[in-house]
Amino acid sequence: MITVEHLTKRYGPVAAVDDVSFTVEPGHVTGFLGPNGAGKSTTMRMICGLTPATSGSARVLGVPYGALANPGRRVGVLLDAGAQHSGRTGREVLTLAALMTGVDRRRIDQTLDVVGLTSREAARRVGQYSLGMRQRLGLAAALLADPEVLILDEPANGLDPAGIRWMRDLLHDFAARGGTVLLSSHLLLEIEQVAERLVVIGHGRIVAQGRIDDLLRQAGTYARSTDDVALAAALRQAGVGVEVLGTGGLAVEAEPLDVGHAAASAGVVLAELRPAESRGLEDLFLELTADHARETSTPANRSEKVPA
Amino acid sequence: MTAATLAAPAQTTTVKPLTFATLTHVEWRKQLDTRAGRWLLIVIAIVTAAVLAIMMAVNGGDHSFSAFVVGTTTPMALLLPIVGVLAATSEWSQRTALVTFTLEPRRTRVGFAKVVSAIGSGLALLVLSIGLAALAHLLVVTFRDATPAWDVSVQDVAYLALSVVLFMIQGVGFGLLLRSTPVAIVTLLLLPTLFGIVGGLVPAMATVLPWIDLGTAGEPLLFGGTIDAEGWAQLTTATLLWVVAPLTGGLWRVARSEITSA
Repeated sequence: MITVEHLTKRYGPVAAVDDVSFTVEPGHVTGFLGPNGAGKSTTMRMICGLTPATSGSARVLGVPYGALANPGRRVGVLLDAGAQHSGRTGREVLTLAALMTGVDRRRIDQTLDVVGLTSREAARRVGQYSLGMRQRLGLAAALLADPEVLILDEPANGLDPAGIRWMRDLLHDFAARGGTVLLSSHLLLEIEQVAERLVVIGHGRIVAQGRIDDLLRQAGTYARSTDDVALAAALRQAGVGVEVLGTGGLAVEAEPLDVGHAAASAGVVLAELRPAESRGLEDLFLELTADHARETSTPANRSEKVPA
Repeated sequence: MTAATLAAPAQTTTVKPLTFATLTHVEWRKQLDTRAGRWLLIVIAIVTAAVLAIMMAVNGGDHSFSAFVVGTTTPMALLLPIVGVLAATSEWSQRTALVTFTLEPRRTRVGFAKVVSAIGSGLALLVLSIGLAALAHLLVVTFRDATPAWDVSVQDVAYLALSVVLFMIQGVGFGLLLRSTPVAIVTLLLLPTLFGIVGGLVPAMATVLPWIDLGTAGEPLLFGGTIDAEGWAQLTTATLLWVVAPLTGGLWRVARSEITSA
């Protein structure tokens, strides 16, 4: 359980994190999504007590992180896989973590096995590791003490597609057994299949949060019919936002049921009707963060996108 | 690549707190578990042995035990603080601070663990060098007909130990304060020397210098001198300036600052 309340971090006049509040519940993975520089890492460092907050508070398992007795034992943290001494071996990194958290050293071999690092790889110095191997080692360090909470900043960075899939299964499994997971990424694709809940941040502010399903519903409905123009007109008449997609079909800001009703009363035959799904979520993500991201998504190129 | 061996995460077992002894052990291990750290200690041992070998070879090798001990202290005085510096700066140069202070959020405690473990390393090297000096003296007495002179008192050893303690605290203090290995080492080695030289050039400083220059005030500790009441008072003020102040500043900076990965 992680509770963040009105967390704010200012660097001079700039608010890197601005009045951010959310909770991360046990039992499922919460994705922390935002473009680079949106304030994800700063928020996570504040949760872990590494960055002092200008105002607001963050609690992990009911208390401020720094008040946990031996926090490494209960909270697994991976904030930067590159933050390891290049002269240490992977096994030594885990040995130090085992000593500090007070877990049996036999856990080291078990955990290496879990993250898919061989004994031979663990005997090599971290300086020779690829980014993907560092991520696995960092994940091993986070998992070593069997924590109740995982806080992971961009852990999929540098992992190959198989590695991303493996991590997804691992986090799913961890959450399914009652663990709390906060997982950040700037890529929706990495997060949408593992996270059940999303916290979307842009320019230091929360722009959306909730269950992915609900956010998807907000993303609207995709409809294709025998007469899109008539259907669009009917929907507009009902006061629903409609966009005619360049590739055919309509993006409708309403539930599929409402679109069905509109089609029925207009006498239009529906050929396809479903929630806008991931493409819609990506549109939503880009839209929510458009004011803040470096690349803005204009309506023109939006309408060219093909709903998946 | 399976998650099957993971135990259930939702646990309510009592968590053993991280003791200062464990933290010190970990910090000590961190000084030795990298090539850089290991080699620094090995180099100090080699330089010490080399100084002794040269002393045994030149001038018929006729040196007392105390002369051999004094011979080993100069390289130690120069190199030991670097052990302390590295213990502190590597957290930033290698970015491990992020992990260290996540596992132990009480940062001042980590700082003290670094000090204690660095003192441990320093005292271990002191014992080693005194042992080597004894061996060297034994060898010249046995093989080169040198006059036996086992003239190192308990007080001499205690003074040396005290100076090692001061070196290590100073090293960690400068490391925590400056965070960059080269900057901290150069500052640590040059600043007191420059201070002494400049102070020596100004006649008005002559009476003040022993009170504020650790090199002058600490000399009797290293070279088997005696220290009177005024000497102890001077050592105290110089220590406050060059040892206590940097450590306090360093700990304050670590406790207050933001720990980032950059």
